[in-house]
Amino acid sequence: MLGYALWRFVLLRDVLAFKRMWWLFLSGFVEPVFYLFSIGIGLGALVNDVTTDQGMVISYAAFVAPAMLAASAMNGSIADTTYNFFAKLKFSKTYDTMLATPARPWDVAIGEILWSLIRGGVYSAIFFVVALAMGFVRSWWAVLAIPAALLIGAAFAGVGMWATTYMRSWKDFEFVTLVIQPMFLFSATFFPLAVYPESLQWLVKVMPLYHGVELQRGLLLGDMHGGLVVSVLYLVVLCALGLWGASRRISRLLLT
Amino acid sequence: MAPDLLLTARNLTKKFGDFTAVDGIDVEVRKGEAFGFLGPNGAGKSSTMRMVGAVSPVTSGELRIFGLDPETHAQQIKARLGNCPQKDLLDEELSVEENLWVYGRFFGLSKAEVRERATELLEFAQLTERRADKVEHLSGGMKRRLVIARSLINNPELLLLDEPTTGLDPQARHILWDRLFRLKRQGVTLIITTHYMDEAEQLCDRLVVMDKGAIAAEGSPKDLIARYSTREVVEVRFDADDHGAFADSLSGIGERMEVLPDRILLYADDGDAATAAIADRGIDTLSTLVRRSTLEDVFLHLTGRTLID
Repeated sequence: MLGYALWRFVLLRDVLAFKRMWWLFLSGFVEPVFYLFSIGIGLGALVNDVTTDQGMVISYAAFVAPAMLAASAMNGSIADTTYNFFAKLKFSKTYDTMLATPARPWDVAIGEILWSLIRGGVYSAIFFVVALAMGFVRSWWAVLAIPAALLIGAAFAGVGMWATTYMRSWKDFEFVTLVIQPMFLFSATFFPLAVYPESLQWLVKVMPLYHGVELQRGLLLGDMHGGLVVSVLYLVVLCALGLWGASRRISRLLLT
Repeated sequence: MAPDLLLTARNLTKKFGDFTAVDGIDVEVRKGEAFGFLGPNGAGKSSTMRMVGAVSPVTSGELRIFGLDPETHAQQIKARLGNCPQKDLLDEELSVEENLWVYGRFFGLSKAEVRERATELLEFAQLTERRADKVEHLSGGMKRRLVIARSLINNPELLLLDEPTTGLDPQARHILWDRLFRLKRQGVTLIITTHYMDEAEQLCDRLVVMDKGAIAAEGSPKDLIARYSTREVVEVRFDADDHGAFADSLSGIGERMEVLPDRILLYADDGDAATAAIADRGIDTLSTLVRRSTLEDVFLHLTGRTLID
């Protein structure tokens, strides 16, 4: 059949290119580990136990660890689908070449998102092992932590790619930092939602990372609740929306 | 559509906002021929090629490639095309042979098939020794040959070459022309855009002269020269900044005259006779050169401008 699942070869291209740049891999996963040690454990020594929004009392480090797992999934995806995607889209014109073949814009989008997931998935897995070794994994539900990390990654990859199609130059990536940085700090990552006034809580709740953090916290602590269904749905919809938007934009930019 | 027509365009138009890049052209390309679009930069050649390559939607008019409409059958068309874009657009993060492997997989070739095909094509492109090298270390001519090799991975029935030798040195150009001749002999239909008249004369069986998005003339290189020019041309240069001032003194010699900033061209079937006539009038020239007419002269006659500014 003509043009069946050609995203496989977008992925193949990334795997071949990656063999020469494997060391770039390191940067993405060390950051959340550093946060876990410095904030979670270091700062955590000065902080009393934390009561989660679900009413569970745990050590501060155990509170922060699931959030860092969610953040590591986000970081992996954002790195690939913003900077790397932009370079291929605008400068090396990798996708112009692909679109001269039977490959379609959504093959490009799906292939690149899957690649970022492989990368993000490895970061998350390494982080998970660290968290497990340090005793921050408290439940068998945690076997779902890696699939959940992939879902978080997919949501950020889709939206990140879509946003990147609107970037005009490297300067515009300041906006990515401007969005990601506060989201990383305020999505109930380092303190529970309850510390915010009611009026600000809804703002945190619309952030995608908040739902990723909630999901991982539930799984690692075994604190499952109905709100997690909403979080999963939120992330699925975000991923689908990003994929759809990114495909459309790739079409509009390159097939002119 | 007749079975041997690989491409037909009727009133084909491409607009970008208010700008009309291709202005209602009619073209037919038959199986097995080498067809050229000759014109200066900005004539609409690349826009036409992108529409033919099914990577750029048609604004209006009709376009059929292999009898298929690119709007509805882009994938089917692309599967049977070879595409050499103007910029090399190789994957600099991959090796020479990886570039071929990955590209071939998009056409549905298996891993074994792309490897076998890549080996053949690297031989054809004289790049076998460089197969494992990174692309960025290749010379301009090698890169261009690799792009052509890549475009052949799916055994295309129709090969699109957008400015295939622009930016190459004379030796690299001749190697490339040789490869394109071989393809033509193997029966591959070629569509070539160029702003080099010698390239068009060497490679094309038939061509259209394009200017400002429209077709100014169509025919074989020989026909076009016979129709729009004389057999020979005398290029006359004076020791002066303004060659226009000498136009009057030369009038009546040859059939026609073109005054350029740096020389005057006299069109005559017998160039030596025209040179003799200049000498008879006692005109003091810096140099006179008799040459055969080329497509450059055709273009100049049709548009009043030279191909390369």
